[in-house]
Amino acid sequence: MQFIRPDVNIDFIGNRKFAFTFSLMLILISIGTLVYHGGPLYGIDFSGGTLIQVRFDKPVPVANIKEGLSRMDLSQASVQQFGEEGTSEYLIRTDASGITDKGFNAALRQNLTETSGTAAEIRRVEMVGPQVGRDLREKALKAMFYALLFITVYISGRFELKWLLSAVLAVALIGAVYMLGLFKVSIPFLILMALVVTLAMFWFLNLKYAMGAIVALIHDVTITVGVFSLFNKEFTLPIIAALLTIIGYSLNDTIIVFDRIRENTKKLHKNPLGTIINRSINETLSRTLLTSGTTLVVVIALFVLGGGIIHDFAFALLVGILIGTYSSIYVASPILLAWQRKPSAG
Amino acid sequence: MKNIAWKPVIIAAVFLAAIIYVLPTFNPGLWPHKKINLGLDLQGGMHLVLEVETDKAIESTLERIIQELRDRSRREGAQGLQLERVDGNRIKINLSGQTNIEKLQALLDSEFPDLREQDRTLTGERLELILDLPDREVDRIKELATAQALETIRNRIDQFGVAEPDIRRQGDNRILIQLPGISDTERAKELIGRTAQLEFKLVDDQMSPETALQNGAPPGSEILYQINVDPTTQRTRKIPFLLKKRTVLTGQYLTDARVRYDQDKRSYYVAIDFDRKGARIFERITGDNIHKRLAIVLDNKVHSAPEIQDRIAGGSAVITGSFSAEEAEDLAIVLRAGALPAPVKVMEERTVGPSLGKDSIKKGLISMIVGGVLVILFMMIYYKASGLLADLALVLNILLMGAGLAAFQATLTLPGIAAFILTIGMAVDANVIIFERIREELSIGKPPRAAVDAGYDRATLTILDANVTTLIAAVVLFQFGTGPVKGFAVTLSLGVIASMFTALFFTRVVFDAYFSGRKVKNISI
Repeated sequence: MQFIRPDVNIDFIGNRKFAFTFSLMLILISIGTLVYHGGPLYGIDFSGGTLIQVRFDKPVPVANIKEGLSRMDLSQASVQQFGEEGTSEYLIRTDASGITDKGFNAALRQNLTETSGTAAEIRRVEMVGPQVGRDLREKALKAMFYALLFITVYISGRFELKWLLSAVLAVALIGAVYMLGLFKVSIPFLILMALVVTLAMFWFLNLKYAMGAIVALIHDVTITVGVFSLFNKEFTLPIIAALLTIIGYSLNDTIIVFDRIRENTKKLHKNPLGTIINRSINETLSRTLLTSGTTLVVVIALFVLGGGIIHDFAFALLVGILIGTYSSIYVASPILLAWQRKPSAG
Repeated sequence: MKNIAWKPVIIAAVFLAAIIYVLPTFNPGLWPHKKINLGLDLQGGMHLVLEVETDKAIESTLERIIQELRDRSRREGAQGLQLERVDGNRIKINLSGQTNIEKLQALLDSEFPDLREQDRTLTGERLELILDLPDREVDRIKELATAQALETIRNRIDQFGVAEPDIRRQGDNRILIQLPGISDTERAKELIGRTAQLEFKLVDDQMSPETALQNGAPPGSEILYQINVDPTTQRTRKIPFLLKKRTVLTGQYLTDARVRYDQDKRSYYVAIDFDRKGARIFERITGDNIHKRLAIVLDNKVHSAPEIQDRIAGGSAVITGSFSAEEAEDLAIVLRAGALPAPVKVMEERTVGPSLGKDSIKKGLISMIVGGVLVILFMMIYYKASGLLADLALVLNILLMGAGLAAFQATLTLPGIAAFILTIGMAVDANVIIFERIREELSIGKPPRAAVDAGYDRATLTILDANVTTLIAAVVLFQFGTGPVKGFAVTLSLGVIASMFTALFFTRVVFDAYFSGRKVKNISI
């Protein structure tokens, strides 16, 4: 059985202008929605606050829950149905932290039971103080940064056999980040700077495969973050885990194509690079789609059946894998062509 | 291949070891290995991050020094000494008279060499001195406070009786506490977070607390409250007490605290015993202050203030109050375990009820089964017999992941289950890549044996690369993540490593076995 015929020949490279336009649009929308929302919507893990998951015996109007909350200085809290439609679970969220003192659970349960007229069960309480939120935010950003950095080193070392160069690059970047960190520069800015410097260095050092891979990664992460922002979904610790997984996973397809390009460059060195790239993408198209497909199947299963707590996590993976597959075909490889116009590159 | 014999042996050994590690999870007690740990998000429980307010430890150290300084200077005959704590961590001394100043100076030099002089202004005969603790000493006190708080909290939790608690220090002054399976989270939190500073103070009789409230407490005295809760109306009543600031005895001399029941009053109380030094102090104080009242103060709240009838020898006392059995038990625990050297603040709290954890496991398992069956069916249909082989490898992979979790005593969290599910999708990727390559080689006319060899040889490096990048992401995640996310990173790493063994090694060995000693015309792929 085969989905994609072995002699498939789609002109991916010829369509790269459309793809680039499409990607650029997605990225602009992502940045636009982030700006519009004033940055990513942080969950309590990163912003500090309190999250309470309550279950009632039967569905309850949100207004009744709010009434119960207003009895205990929680009128600012937002209430949201949780999980699938028709369930009687709700999420209560407030920016206030440090409110879960002695007697809080009991008082909340009693108030909610009274105003809703049905028994309330408090299933989960998460309270994160503002200081811890700041710490976690910093940690998460650093994790993203280091993951990108180490993967870059690996890719450039592996594909360009410039281990020493990439290691020096990495040490220099870590050093620079550390130095800037001493001056209390904000971490998002720090990461942005590090990425810009990395890309510039790749460009001047002719590390084209590494450049292609990293551009594709930034592309994937930006768009996934943008989609999250567009749907007004919160960033929590598991979402960061999902983003890092996407970084690791979306490279798989890119590596498959890159390996084939290198193989074909030796075999077909008389042909123009564009033809070689296009042929390589076509030859590997079947496995690119199949590997993503099997992973997508399980992620969809998780998304549909995994329950409310894991829902957004699965959503992030879903978006990331789709975008990652697209980018390894349409973004990572065509970027290699950018060197054609550079006289120094072969 | 010549050395074909040892490869199946390795596979059999790994398989057997995996079974040995996994089985206790499904049938505990089968043999004495531990089962897979479930994270708090799956089995329910409480995760707490506390911050020890180490600045308060500095303040109370200074308060103690001030009291000592006051006592000593009085004994040395330095008169008119005014002492107070300013800016939180400095001591201000005001003193006049040449001889007094000299006496104080001698005292400071001989008995308090640790105090650092910050500022000295001499106006005529009047000296104003600002002292504080050197930075090294401040660091030492803070360090000690955190270490001691950790120890105390560990003691309290041990006495409270929680199965497999995880209590560890985090950073400079934070303490991470994980209490799996605990249901009464508020009681546990109260027990852990209570400072439990037990103090005995004499009641100041020179004026009534009401007058002191209106005109301010006289120097050396303070107003503390007794808080009574009416058991039927739940209404609280605050009763003021005017107490001498000076603490005559603290809980540091306690050796034991037990719950007792008073048949007559039908109420619980806590009986405490002092060690010999504490008993001596208690005897002296009660002897010196007969017919005065001695207040028992816990965390700045007055519990009772009985009148001293007679000198009390033997070193026992009782703490009464309107305790429930539970409250009395908790009080006894905190008194036995000792006071926290400084108050603690809850920085982060996550509690999950046991029913939610069960739901999560159920939903996770369902999505795992559904996703797994879909992938297995797909591989079987798309690659026929070879697909079946990949499916076998997948099942072995899942088994190895479970064994890995049990062997390393890693914790399975809800994101960890997600990693399991993700691995099911990702583990077959390696086989997809190999099989596609084999098909490619077959299509250019290679015989099956050569096509399979070429497929594995060419694809191995690609697969290795792809797995290394995922592993990098997982390792970084493990470094930076907390709790559930760490579980995800561990499970994902295990999955990636296991899949290299099953998808590359295991399937290859089966192919080799299939080819060995026969002429294969075509393969089912």
